[in-house]
Amino acid sequence: MADYKWPDAQHRTLIGTRQTRVDGPVKVTGRAKYTYDQNPKGLLAGAILRCPHAHAKIVSVDTSAAERMPGVKAVQVLQGPGKEIHWAGDEIVALAAINEGIAEDALRAIKVQYDVLPHFVDDATEPKSAAEETGPFALDDLISMLSNQVPEPQIAATVQKRGLSFPVTDDLVKQMRSFNVGENVIKAMQAAPQKPAESARSPFKKSAANVTGNPDQAFQSAEMASGGLYGVPVITHCCLEAHGVVAHWPDAEHLETQVSTQNVSGIPDQLAQALTGAGINISASNIHNQQQHIGGGFGSKFAADRWSLAAAQLSKKAGGAPVKIMLDRRAELEVAGARPSAYAHVKLAAKKDGTITGWDSQSWGTGGPLGGNMPPLPYIFTEIPNQRKQHIAIATNIGPARAWRAPNHPQAAVLTMCAIDDLAARLGMDPYDVFMKNLALTPRANVYEAELKKADELMQWKKRWHPRGDKTSGPMKQGLGLSIHTWGGRGHQGAGDLTIHPDGTVEYRSGTQDLGTGTRTAIAMVIGETLGLPLDAITVKIGDTNFPHDGGSGGSTTIGAVSSEARRAATDALNQLLAKVAPTLGSPPDQLEALYGTIRVKDTQGKSIKWKKACSMLGATGVTAQGKNPDPSKPPDLTSSGVGGAQMADVSVDIETGIVRVNKIVAVQDCGLIINLKTAESQCYGALIMGISYALYEEKIMDPATGRMLNPNMEFYRLAGYGDIPELVVHMMTGPGYDERGVIGLGEPPVVSPGAAISNAVANAIGVRVPFLPITPDRVLAALQQRPAPPGALRIGGGGAA
Amino acid sequence: MPDDDSKQHEPERSGVSRREFLKISAITVSVPAVVGSSVLQVGGEEVPVYGPGKTPITLTVNGKKYTADLEPRVTLLDALRDHFDLTGAKRVCDRGECGSCTVLLDDRPVYACAVLAIDAQGHTITTVEGITSGDALHPLQHAFVANDAQQCGFCTPGFVMAGYALLQHNPNPNREQVVKALGGNYCRCGTYYGVRGAIGQMTGNKEG
Repeated sequence: MADYKWPDAQHRTLIGTRQTRVDGPVKVTGRAKYTYDQNPKGLLAGAILRCPHAHAKIVSVDTSAAERMPGVKAVQVLQGPGKEIHWAGDEIVALAAINEGIAEDALRAIKVQYDVLPHFVDDATEPKSAAEETGPFALDDLISMLSNQVPEPQIAATVQKRGLSFPVTDDLVKQMRSFNVGENVIKAMQAAPQKPAESARSPFKKSAANVTGNPDQAFQSAEMASGGLYGVPVITHCCLEAHGVVAHWPDAEHLETQVSTQNVSGIPDQLAQALTGAGINISASNIHNQQQHIGGGFGSKFAADRWSLAAAQLSKKAGGAPVKIMLDRRAELEVAGARPSAYAHVKLAAKKDGTITGWDSQSWGTGGPLGGNMPPLPYIFTEIPNQRKQHIAIATNIGPARAWRAPNHPQAAVLTMCAIDDLAARLGMDPYDVFMKNLALTPRANVYEAELKKADELMQWKKRWHPRGDKTSGPMKQGLGLSIHTWGGRGHQGAGDLTIHPDGTVEYRSGTQDLGTGTRTAIAMVIGETLGLPLDAITVKIGDTNFPHDGGSGGSTTIGAVSSEARRAATDALNQLLAKVAPTLGSPPDQLEALYGTIRVKDTQGKSIKWKKACSMLGATGVTAQGKNPDPSKPPDLTSSGVGGAQMADVSVDIETGIVRVNKIVAVQDCGLIINLKTAESQCYGALIMGISYALYEEKIMDPATGRMLNPNMEFYRLAGYGDIPELVVHMMTGPGYDERGVIGLGEPPVVSPGAAISNAVANAIGVRVPFLPITPDRVLAALQQRPAPPGALRIGGGGAA
Repeated sequence: MPDDDSKQHEPERSGVSRREFLKISAITVSVPAVVGSSVLQVGGEEVPVYGPGKTPITLTVNGKKYTADLEPRVTLLDALRDHFDLTGAKRVCDRGECGSCTVLLDDRPVYACAVLAIDAQGHTITTVEGITSGDALHPLQHAFVANDAQQCGFCTPGFVMAGYALLQHNPNPNREQVVKALGGNYCRCGTYYGVRGAIGQMTGNKEG
């Protein structure tokens, strides 16, 4: 009998090998169909009129001219008179027409009057006069904290201290539980005092100082204190497949959707709620959502979003005809995803030998209209004995933040790792030694030590490192920088069904999705491993709400979930098959194993039966088994949480032009038991490239005058390109000490460190810190000349580079 | 530009210079929306005028003829995707910035979002769907799969076509030539490393 645990190294045939992704061929031939590619018969083109103002109140909406235009089939006002709009690009009216041209013409015929209100989009300037926030917690504050992954004990404590300005209804509690909000938070909310909401709220929300130990004394008695200013701006997700949906009603009661989503199974519940709220009663069970491929999400595609609701409403009005709404590039960059900014003055107290004794951070940043929260500071070095942390959340009219790959961690890494690098420079020490010296302040010192040593070997850090400021002659300066990071990555809740058919075919069905991480391939590998079959013998069907519910793909939770589910389902189905064939082989089922396309008696030669023949004994219907994660009834837990990683960057900076080039990045990463080494490495390569992109190029630049994004396109919202890619070295930590931890997610962690490592390498090269990412030429030159960097808006206007 | 601009730099087929086009755009305002072109006398010459209504358009794509009645404002990309269901070329930026819609016009890679369908008539168009023979992948497509040069895959058809065009012209490109050829294509998942491996596998130059 097969059991639920992962096979050990000498018994693995597929797990841990490098397998080519199973959906590679459909992607390279253009046959893979995404939401954007759906062209059902009678398709109507949906389009959305968006608010041109960053802050306004709608006075009137007149859609009559648009409704009269030939070819316009449905018009839906999404936000009407009286509604306050908090960011430019917010949705006002949606319509559907027989083609895109007419839809766009019709949008221009809509008249909306606004009462334009003052806006605020400046998050980079330090808010000096902000008062500490003591008033009651609004629902917005709570949502903001939860979506920013603020630790739940901290939320509970804040709620208890400040009280609430909104009632804790049963509905709210139910909703919170459905989003896995902890009981400690819910209890704190239920016990918190109710207070009236504050009437006028400043854009600056200053949290109470969070103090541990005695930071004042630590800084007074410090042998060395160092400090600096660091920052990471708002960046966007810039999914290449824009957010969007195709929706139609095959009959009055049923809705079919194809949402471009990281959360296939979660869409019907969200849409049913939204539709019912909009006066169209429908149960979630009557909504069928599917998606075979998604063109990028990175954390921005969990919600059904207002455009999915709009498409369903328009389709209903148009007699059920399919309506497609895909965001145009401007809307995609303006409203469909932004990573919160974070800036901080950080001070460190230390001994002369580099031991860190104190932390002080005064941070600020924005997550859009809700303000956002402090990144987890100090990052990794959480056990620094004396700490003072204070954060100012800035409510801006920039547009709402969404989870961006490893929410808040890349910002926390820059604010922490750059400060430690500056401390090392003041001490005249190699930062590698300062990091090593302080690993006891991290949760997993032994892992970081092993990873830093491996990174040193691959980068030749100790041999190549020079003190800050490349002293060689000429304008090209070279430098090295490093950073470490962490992430959770336990598998989420979900299930999958595995069927072994009497003809020997194997089929797996689950409501999960493949974001391009290789989910399909990993599932096939786990099943192939368990059943002793090659990859191409397994049919994996995902991305459909007709299959068992699975969790959204975010927070590196997919691989732990789907691998556990598939392993359990395949094990149970196999055990049923073994029981059927045991009499034929003359051995009890627990003496049988599935290997190399046969069922055979363990440890004997010759007694075996071919897979197909074995399956023919299953009877007419075959066997189906469901695998769940988590499943305490079937120990052990096959997934785990908590990984580390170390990265080193080698850069060259031209101090005449300010241009930074990354020469090489080394990434050493653990993530427990690796299913597919090839796609795991691809996750790391991709994360490093995304990291180069946000370290050197990306910034959502807002115009203070109009409150609009100045670079909502792919010319001025610059991503790293093919020519920007240096030598990349990825090393996965595997084997004893790692494999037995079970499967842990990998999507987030490797994208955390590149910004900090590259910033540190630039400082090592040119001898001064460039405080803010992205490290653009104008900022490099400003730092070299010891003047503040000009705002990004000037860069777009062409006046930035000196 | 001299006032009497010569026509030698203009595509022969259209027979319309930029200055004449400006004149025409003023005239066509009054042209009713009919299918087919009308002929106007402009500066003593006969000039065919298309649109603003639908006009029959024939495209040769992957060796096959496709016809549809399209407004002249329809891009080659939208014609391929929305009218001929050839959705390999992707619409991402829709303004010639990202390369996800790369197709070949004759043997030249172009952004299909920046070419009008009406102007693509008479040319040989090759899309990512057209470089396979039957179900067999082109060797470059094989190399993309083998080197895991795709994650979400949305940029992949554009990269395949940009790489295909490069290798057709230059089977042994150096690093600089590869960067130039693929520099007009963006990827968000960060698959450039795999793409480099794929090109390197084709050329034998690991620097690809």
